[in-house]
Amino acid sequence: MMSEREYNPTELLICIAARQMPDAVTAFIGTGIPMLAASLAQKMHAPNLVAVFEFGGTGARLKRLPRAVGEGRTFYRGLVASGICDTMETAARGFIDYGFLGGAQIDAYGNLNSTIIGPRHHPPKVRLPGSGGANDVGSLCWRTITIMRHDKLRFVPKVDFVTTPGYLSGPGAREAAGLPPNTGPYRVVSTLGLLGFDEETRRMMLLATNPGVTVEQVIENTGFELLIADQVGQNEPPTAEELRILREEVDPERFYI
Amino acid sequence: MHVIESGLGEMIQPIDLDGFREWNREKKSRALVDKLMSEQEAISRFVYDGCYLGTELYGTVRAPMSLVREVLRQGKKDLRIAGQGVAELDLLLGAGVVKTLDITYIGLEVYGTSAALRREVESGRVEKVVEWSNGGITWRFKAAAMGVPFIPTRSMLGTDTLRYSAAKVVECPFTGMKLCLIPALILDVGLIHVHRADRYGNAQVEGISGFALEMSRACKRLILSAEEIVDTEEIRRYPDRTMIPYYLVDAVVHAPFGAHPGEMVYLYERDEEMLKEWVDSFQTVEGTQAYLDKYVYSLPNHEAYMDRVGRERLAALKAAAEGR
Repeated sequence: MMSEREYNPTELLICIAARQMPDAVTAFIGTGIPMLAASLAQKMHAPNLVAVFEFGGTGARLKRLPRAVGEGRTFYRGLVASGICDTMETAARGFIDYGFLGGAQIDAYGNLNSTIIGPRHHPPKVRLPGSGGANDVGSLCWRTITIMRHDKLRFVPKVDFVTTPGYLSGPGAREAAGLPPNTGPYRVVSTLGLLGFDEETRRMMLLATNPGVTVEQVIENTGFELLIADQVGQNEPPTAEELRILREEVDPERFYI
Repeated sequence: MHVIESGLGEMIQPIDLDGFREWNREKKSRALVDKLMSEQEAISRFVYDGCYLGTELYGTVRAPMSLVREVLRQGKKDLRIAGQGVAELDLLLGAGVVKTLDITYIGLEVYGTSAALRREVESGRVEKVVEWSNGGITWRFKAAAMGVPFIPTRSMLGTDTLRYSAAKVVECPFTGMKLCLIPALILDVGLIHVHRADRYGNAQVEGISGFALEMSRACKRLILSAEEIVDTEEIRRYPDRTMIPYYLVDAVVHAPFGAHPGEMVYLYERDEEMLKEWVDSFQTVEGTQAYLDKYVYSLPNHEAYMDRVGRERLAALKAAAEGR
């Protein structure tokens, strides 16, 4: 067995994200870590995970790592190669179970910012790429899982711009805004731990810490008051098998890891 | 219909549906006219300063790179842009020719944020930025394709993306639920790169369709570049594969490797080394200028671009294409 030191933080994020992906569900997969996690999940416990890429690829065998959300590998040996209206409208009808997201900032309600940094929309202090499909995914999928680096610059009391809806201002706010009921943030996979959302307050709650991380460290690196589960679990480090598949099969070119 | 909220963003391209119908009646010939022409002719005839331009597909994939390089070569400026793309829009931003932007995503995927987008938007040189989601901007094309002024959706609600868009929130007259109305977007000029077309503009795409179906129907002028020009009989043999019928099209340009340094599914791989050269160059203003001089301004046309890249290199990308 490998010792727990022999993996990097990105590999840990990918492995923990992959473990959140059940078999035989549909999931919107975006560029970057979600792609690696989906590929790893398919090769581990979820061979029938249906990866949906927003520009039209559905049900690909993620044999080789896609480097772009529109490229051939997003529908390699896939079930469907359609277009973005089809995938987004599939989500709008309630057919997409999970959506994987990232962002520059997240708040206690899981609202995400990937548009600007700073107080003013235009011209902004820092211009980020923008919503892309994230807003649609965060609006229309049943459950979203966000993957983020964990520090106070990213876990903030108030995001500078709500690009993608989490629970907005709290309980009932999504429904009041007109978003489909029973949707919203489900998990946050961070470099420090696994987080969920309290059913009543809709605020972020620490569920488990990553290997070597204390609850205090998570609190210190979070810019808002974090709820702590009654029993905080511990995420298992990547197994030798997960690391082998990740390095030899998922990303042998070392694009990301 | 009761309007509950209006996005603060401006309608960069006002909606004129009846004008679009008249345009399609008067300016789009139903005759089979030979539209095969050089990229110089296509861009000089149909793209003009200040026009509203859209491109398809996304990322490095099937992007109309040779056409966009020609837009820059001809010095077109003050462009208004539908910002759902990556590579080709990064080029336009790097060259400083974008005035206003309906944006959903401009970034470099695996290579991170776009330095050119940051420079142009943070400096205020891009004067207006209106936000959308990928679904949102595509539904704008779909509304135009349907000939209606808007499409109701359940995206963008409750967010700053909506607040800084030009969408509106209304109460549905049938159900009472809140809906986001996405306004139609009719492009002055659309640029789409396809796998094959005939000289009249009948065109087929392989792999995912992205938003070519919707966008091709939402353009006053549509310029196609194609990897291969085929006989119309070839189109007629597989009419089920035709995505774009000739009457939507104003120009057909033969452009093998027209998406380079990006990829064309089943035909050629993306050119990783040259994508890195691009991304590295674009980190600075000087580097961007040097890149554009080397690969755009100093070259007369796409043929010369292919020579500069190297025919052997292109052949290797073709050999590396992944199969089905």
